[in-house]
Amino acid sequence: MSRGKYLIALAGQPNCGKSTVFNALTGAVQHVANYPGVTVDKLVGWYRYNGTKVEVVDLPGTYSLTSYSPEERVSRDFILGEEPSAAVNVMDASNLKRCLYLTFQLLEMEIPVVLNLNMMDVAQKAGHDIDINLLSQRLGIPVVPTTMKTGKGKKELMECIASLSGEGSNRRDHPARVDYGKLEPYIREIGEKLSSETALALHYPVRWLAIKLLEADSEAWRLIREHHRDDGGLLAFAEEKRTEFETLYDETPELHIAGRRYQAAADIARSCIKTGTADTSPLADKIDRFVCHRFLGPAILVGVIWLLYYLSIVQGYNLTNYTWPLLAKLRGAAEAVTPSPGFIDIPVLRSFTLWFVDSINALLNYVPIFFILFALIAVLEDSGYMPRMAFIMDRLLSRFGLHGQSTLPMVLGGVYVGGCAVPAVMSCKGIPDERSRFATILIIPMLNCLAKVPLYVLLVNIYFAAHKAWAMFFISTVSLLLVLPTAKILTLTVLKRKETAPFVMELPPYHLPTIRGVLQRAVERVWLFLRKITTIVAAVAVVLFVMLQFPGLDDKRQAHFEREKETAVAAFLDRIEGTAYADLIGRDNMMEFINYWNSYKSARLKGGGGAGLDRTFREKNPDFFSIVKRKGQDGTKAYLAAKKVVRERKKLLMQMRKERINRSYLGRIGKSIEPVTQWAGFNWRVNVALLSALAAKESSVATLGALYQSDERGQALEQRMAEGEKGFTSLHALALMLFMVLYPPCLATAIAVKLQAGSVKWMLFSMVYPMVLGLAVASAVFTLGSSLGLTGLQAMAGFYGLALAFTIFMGFFKTESTYT
Amino acid sequence: MVLEEMRPGSEGLVKKMSKGDKLGQRLMDMGFYPGLKFKVIRNAPLEDPMQVELEGYFITLRHEEARFVEVEPS
Repeated sequence: MSRGKYLIALAGQPNCGKSTVFNALTGAVQHVANYPGVTVDKLVGWYRYNGTKVEVVDLPGTYSLTSYSPEERVSRDFILGEEPSAAVNVMDASNLKRCLYLTFQLLEMEIPVVLNLNMMDVAQKAGHDIDINLLSQRLGIPVVPTTMKTGKGKKELMECIASLSGEGSNRRDHPARVDYGKLEPYIREIGEKLSSETALALHYPVRWLAIKLLEADSEAWRLIREHHRDDGGLLAFAEEKRTEFETLYDETPELHIAGRRYQAAADIARSCIKTGTADTSPLADKIDRFVCHRFLGPAILVGVIWLLYYLSIVQGYNLTNYTWPLLAKLRGAAEAVTPSPGFIDIPVLRSFTLWFVDSINALLNYVPIFFILFALIAVLEDSGYMPRMAFIMDRLLSRFGLHGQSTLPMVLGGVYVGGCAVPAVMSCKGIPDERSRFATILIIPMLNCLAKVPLYVLLVNIYFAAHKAWAMFFISTVSLLLVLPTAKILTLTVLKRKETAPFVMELPPYHLPTIRGVLQRAVERVWLFLRKITTIVAAVAVVLFVMLQFPGLDDKRQAHFEREKETAVAAFLDRIEGTAYADLIGRDNMMEFINYWNSYKSARLKGGGGAGLDRTFREKNPDFFSIVKRKGQDGTKAYLAAKKVVRERKKLLMQMRKERINRSYLGRIGKSIEPVTQWAGFNWRVNVALLSALAAKESSVATLGALYQSDERGQALEQRMAEGEKGFTSLHALALMLFMVLYPPCLATAIAVKLQAGSVKWMLFSMVYPMVLGLAVASAVFTLGSSLGLTGLQAMAGFYGLALAFTIFMGFFKTESTYT
Repeated sequence: MVLEEMRPGSEGLVKKMSKGDKLGQRLMDMGFYPGLKFKVIRNAPLEDPMQVELEGYFITLRHEEARFVEVEPS
């Protein structure tokens, strides 16, 4: 390590106040990255001490340093690979014994360690009197007591880090090591073999590696295989020694090792702590009496979920009323800089720019919701409530191959109506059990995200108008009945070989979250979301644009529309002939006038008019202004003529758009898959709408809007669709809604899946299987329903009953126990 | 006796883990070591998992996991 910069690692068990120490040391200078290849966050921060830059890496909180979880693995790899000049072992002063268990493992890795006894105030209040000097002496490492909440002891800690990191530092040479008793000869034997036969001793502490081999640690075995040619011999030797110990002492080496570590920890704790008053029952216990109560617990859980929905979805949505105008301004600005539209030829640059901005805006519009959601998740995480949620829900969810910790992701994804799969998938990373984590990630897109709702509402309003409440209840709850059995089936099939992990977890003490911590995390996560997702959505917007826009109209139709345009323009000019405006508006400034007209109308619609608006427009063009205001007889005449030509133009543009989609690549794909989708009752128009929803599900309704354009202005889409699809019945609608429930993840979610599952393969799987399943379910319902002559409502009831029965059946269907 | 059979409210001492692999090691890492005093606090609303107190902190584990913790009731 050079003189100019130190690298130190912060290690500690969960809930020991490590992040407080990290924040106190580094202040606001920190950033989040990912450890290579895993989804574990890597927090890095800096501070200066006596002119030297100190880089602090906050390792994830772990109880131990085995290869049990990705968190433990990255912590270990960091210490061994990056060789920080010192590790600060943060521990909860009230929980010395358990924390020392980790300390011994750090010491075995032969890196300079300073022990930071944090939360001294709490320990003192609880009556623990800790002999710091004796503790330091027994461990052979410096010990610094702190109360970082108030900044007490921070200077001493920094000083200690510097003296430990600096060259010529007074490192103590003999930190304590655990005496593994009857296992010691085995450790020595393997260690000797390691030093004499391999070069590994140059890179790794020999004693540590020998212990890991005896523990049958998978990562240590991998290390040997990678670095050592004669791996077979060495590994076979280690295995032989393991079995020898096990048969001789009727105990596996790893249990013996853990036991000895605790003995050593207990021994030190006993000699260094004088506990005055007896332990009172912890606060957590009192709160848990309510939160984990048989009846109150689930009730509180429902309340918390309701509050989460209410604050983020309902209130967040209200907030978008304030943020949307900002985005609209962005669109307006984009509109202003692109070439202005012609009568029927909209420049591609213009339509592309607007399409692009709209696609991004649709996503940015969710930022307020995400911000609140992420802040609330941070509150749940910091408060200590999350593990309680898992505690209450685990039994139910584990029956379907999920995990207690799947609760939050499912709530976020939309257990009832209105979630978002992106944060939901992102929140899956805390689930330690790989199989359940994958199952959760894969089923989340089937929950009812906010963007699916517009289509439901549209279809329910048209085809289930008499039974709206029932239809909405059906669609809100049926997703859960599809999700649970699917999760179980996935667990039993494609995920069968995925690793499982024990459920055991701590129910940590309750904490009051700090505003700073919560906001910081919310901002970080929103930023991460924007950075990772927006780029992809932008790219897909481009592709979809091309697929919807090209190849465009053929020459014959183009010529036809040109003629139509000529007629409309000529008619307009004819009508204003003889008025005072005849000389003012001609073919050359026709578009200028129409654009003026449109912008006035839309400004009126947005702002509701007013004197200020009128003044701006009068200044812009007093002549045009007198037309839009119907000034005098000539003004009224010109107004009526203008109204007519604007309507004509709109009609022409709509027709052209309709024909363009019809001829577009996406339209062709929609038609080519009609033979398959007809079993589900989808015609090509529905197919196009569904295909366009791949980027974002909101698009489905927007595309339908474009497809069912009518000549009459102001007709609601409900009416237009009902008229446009005369052959559609409520059974068609039901099949379509069920397909939408099972619809593949939108692209933003797909990217999140790729990040969390760690491979493109799983991302593709997450997109293909719901499509197949959705088509199968929709086809079965539609084909069976039609042949039985069921109405949509009857089919709905029938499907619900079957889904419920199947879910219950799958719940009782026993999986083989994880442990034998 | 094993931890799985202990009723809420009862106390005991951990004797040993009867499973040495990942589960046993994880249980040890989470604080179950021979000689430790514990108290079963409660079962979850749907019976599983269970909540156990070990020296001032709380651990939850499934019954199928608690089967591998040998204990001595006190």
